[in-house]
Amino acid sequence: MSEPLFGIHGAALELRSKRMGVLASNIANAATPGFKARDIDFNAALGARLERGREGGLSGAGDMHTVYRVPTMPSLDGNTVELGREQIAFAENALAYSATLSFVQGKVNTITRALTGE
Amino acid sequence: MPDARPMTLFSMTERAMSAQMVRMNAATSNLANAGSLASSEAEAYRPIRAVFTAELDRATGLSGVRSDGLVRSDIAPTKRYEPGHPLADADGNVWEAPVDESAEMVEIMESARQYQNMVQALQTAKQLMLETLRSK
Repeated sequence: MSEPLFGIHGAALELRSKRMGVLASNIANAATPGFKARDIDFNAALGARLERGREGGLSGAGDMHTVYRVPTMPSLDGNTVELGREQIAFAENALAYSATLSFVQGKVNTITRALTGE
Repeated sequence: MPDARPMTLFSMTERAMSAQMVRMNAATSNLANAGSLASSEAEAYRPIRAVFTAELDRATGLSGVRSDGLVRSDIAPTKRYEPGHPLADADGNVWEAPVDESAEMVEIMESARQYQNMVQALQTAKQLMLETLRSK
């Protein structure tokens, strides 16, 4: 299969968006007793997705490589959300999303310029 | 309460905010009833608490919050001997609502902070979505 148009950035952007949802779920459930905070192992998920793409499979839904967070200090009600960690993870993920998005936009600009022949 | 529509980041935040609102209303009701008196133990006001449960949407991997109604805590009201009070019973006792004001204030503050947190997260996510939409 030929190299996809956006390289790894297409898959990365989709995963970043999924991870944003998972992290927002953690923030939403900061006060739910017994809630276990989750996260997506980004490297593993991206690796698996690229592997599937190379084999010619559809890059649709698959294993999301979701992992449970290990709390620094367990709380009495069984909730493992630590707001500071979630906020930092969310900020980091948002920044990485922006970066990936600008790579994609750069690629689009390159192709557009090649097509218009300026 | 299964919803036919798949959960989005927006509906999830909306539910989380409603849950926080229920929690804040419960704490405010408790504060409003602090110090209220009754003429028997059964009639006295008891503090209420919102109970949250997580609801996982398997299709999208998002989990929202649902508030499973309110639970009345079973703390015994404080008995006070006050024979001159109009609500006093035959023995001259009144029953005071067992509301811990500072605990309720902390509850309201925590709820407000989590609400703000949700708003911030949604703003960031919305801005990223808009950037993606506007890219050409």
